[in-house]
Amino acid sequence: MIETPQKIIKTSTGRSLRTEEMVVNMGPQHPSTHGVLRLEVVLDGEIVVDVVPHMGYLHRCFEKHCEHMTNYQQVIPYVDRMDYTAAMTNELAFVVGVEKMLKIEVSERVHYIRIIMAELQRIASHLIAIGTFGIDMGAFTPFLYCFRDRERILDMFEATCGARLLYNYMWVGGLSHDLPPGFVETAKQFCVDFKKTLKDLNDLLNYNEIFIKRTANVGILPKDLAINYACSGPMLRGSGVDWDLRRDDPYTLYHKFNWEVVVGKGEVGTVGDVWNRHMVRQREMEQSVYIIEQALASLPDGDVSKTIPKRIRPTPGDNYTRIESPRGELGFYIIAEDSVTPYRIKARAPAFVNLSVINEISKGAMLADLVAIMGSIDIVLGEVDR
Amino acid sequence: MTAQEIYDVIKAQCGDAVLEAKLENVLDPSIKIQPEKIHEVAAFAKNDERLQFDYLSCLSGVDYKGKLGVVYHLYSMTFKHKIVLKVEVPTETPNVQSVESIWKTADWHEREAFDLFGINFIGHPDLRRILLPDDWEGHPLRKDYQTPEFYNGMKVPY
Amino acid sequence: MGLLDQKFENANVVVTTMDKLLNWARLSSLWQMQFGLACCAIEMMAASASNFDMMRFGVIPRATPRQCDVMIVSGTVTLKMASRIKRLYDQMSEPRYVISMGSCSNCGGPYWEHGYHVLKGVDRVIPVDVYVPGCPPRPEALIEGLIKLQEKIRNESMAKKKAV
Repeated sequence: MIETPQKIIKTSTGRSLRTEEMVVNMGPQHPSTHGVLRLEVVLDGEIVVDVVPHMGYLHRCFEKHCEHMTNYQQVIPYVDRMDYTAAMTNELAFVVGVEKMLKIEVSERVHYIRIIMAELQRIASHLIAIGTFGIDMGAFTPFLYCFRDRERILDMFEATCGARLLYNYMWVGGLSHDLPPGFVETAKQFCVDFKKTLKDLNDLLNYNEIFIKRTANVGILPKDLAINYACSGPMLRGSGVDWDLRRDDPYTLYHKFNWEVVVGKGEVGTVGDVWNRHMVRQREMEQSVYIIEQALASLPDGDVSKTIPKRIRPTPGDNYTRIESPRGELGFYIIAEDSVTPYRIKARAPAFVNLSVINEISKGAMLADLVAIMGSIDIVLGEVDR
Repeated sequence: MTAQEIYDVIKAQCGDAVLEAKLENVLDPSIKIQPEKIHEVAAFAKNDERLQFDYLSCLSGVDYKGKLGVVYHLYSMTFKHKIVLKVEVPTETPNVQSVESIWKTADWHEREAFDLFGINFIGHPDLRRILLPDDWEGHPLRKDYQTPEFYNGMKVPY
Repeated sequence: MGLLDQKFENANVVVTTMDKLLNWARLSSLWQMQFGLACCAIEMMAASASNFDMMRFGVIPRATPRQCDVMIVSGTVTLKMASRIKRLYDQMSEPRYVISMGSCSNCGGPYWEHGYHVLKGVDRVIPVDVYVPGCPPRPEALIEGLIKLQEKIRNESMAKKKAV
């Protein structure tokens, strides 16, 4: 329990007034916590003095399940359910890690399809982040625009592997299915149309005067603090750190494509504030579209499931693999013993680590700003609690 | 820097803290450190001019059956090199020094390792359960953990 | 002018029972508790967003249990969360309904065996009216569940005494 000290202040008429700090609980059921997070907020009037997050309301024992699977492939559906808004990138992180341990090399077509899927998933995930962030800030319309386009991405995924949200599509050594006929044309058309949505979002939300008033100069996260807290993804880049694992610790074939790492520049507000973090997401979607267009244009032929092994038995040892998920550095620390069952899998979830900085950046903010800060961190509780 | 060079620098500074190292023929080169010296080594790795490990990627607890371990994945944003530090302690007295004062991100990672493995981090300012409820008994990710029959009157098994 | 307006142009009388009138009013404005738990919450959001538009059934998400008629339990219920769900359910005013959405809240889903912290089915804590299977169920499936719930409400009687 947090102690709330009392103090006496003088009113304008000279009377003394006793005040004390107040503890307010946000969550676990709260529209702006994006899931089941509880924040114990200590308030001095409307000013936030301290924030104590309480998690674990969605702790689904992911790591225990991994240790009980009889095959590495069986872990993939659980990996999907960890960060349910970005299942494809989660799968990618896990299969890249296991393939590294098995020393399997997959065909170029598999790499290309994985990149297309991961980038489409990044767009879909950022669309949820931006749409719900708009709702938090009181703008309902962008949410509908975001979900309209997200549904088109989900339709493409559904045509490919039959699922809308949790795909089990990337397998160790390949993919479960090849692309369906007509996928490339649909995706190309989507890329063309989506650029219009990006412009719409700029007009509707990002450069809206009310939105800027609520987000600029709020929740500033300085560079060194971001690194010390091991923030990653848009949190880190919004603070002006030029850092993206797709470029700086390359995996699959990202080095073949031309794209830029988006960094918060601070044209509105300060570098590291809520608005800049939000804009990093917005601009990353644009870069993802470029990557998808390039990958679609040069998609090689080949088989996608030739190298899938029947039984997976890595050489004993451990390995930490990380990729850039929509939220940041998603890593899997896998320990293998001489068995078909993983000995231990630890997921380094970006949302878990990014959330730990919330106390530092929301001190001194108003209570309403806390909602903006939470939305800009873009937490997914399935990943925070695992 | 290569893993060998990093090892040499750490060995030269805190030689008695280093127990063994696996640098060849492994995916991630690792150095095993004495549990009571990990704070000293970590502080050196972060502050040394040549190493500058300013980014703690991941901190994981592991149950090695009979021993508990903590694995630190360090990364340097400046030099883009990495190293893995490992610590092993007996299950009966799982005391490891906390590195929370060096990397703030270790705070929640250590709380998680305490919650799921029962590793006691000495010097951690706020070591309490993070994922499970406060009145939970046992540490579920230990290999010998038994799922309870009931929790607060609710049946746990299917 | 719509069809109804033309019919009711002159003074008219509609004869129905009180039960039917009340039930029609209740089932046409099922206010839903905005309460996302896990993966299924994303599909629930999709169901109320542009493509599926759950609002055409009169389902409006509300943030407080006091104003809600139906609670959609969307996702995995953990032991830590179970007592909170019970409390939120108790705060809803009668008559209240529960839709259990997805395998996890139906029976534990993929976490049924090794999930030491997962409640194997929300019906161990609160009564459930409609179960929607799937992992996660498609938005169409959730809408089907709502229609099932509307059917149930249509056949209820407020006036008749219930067996206790």
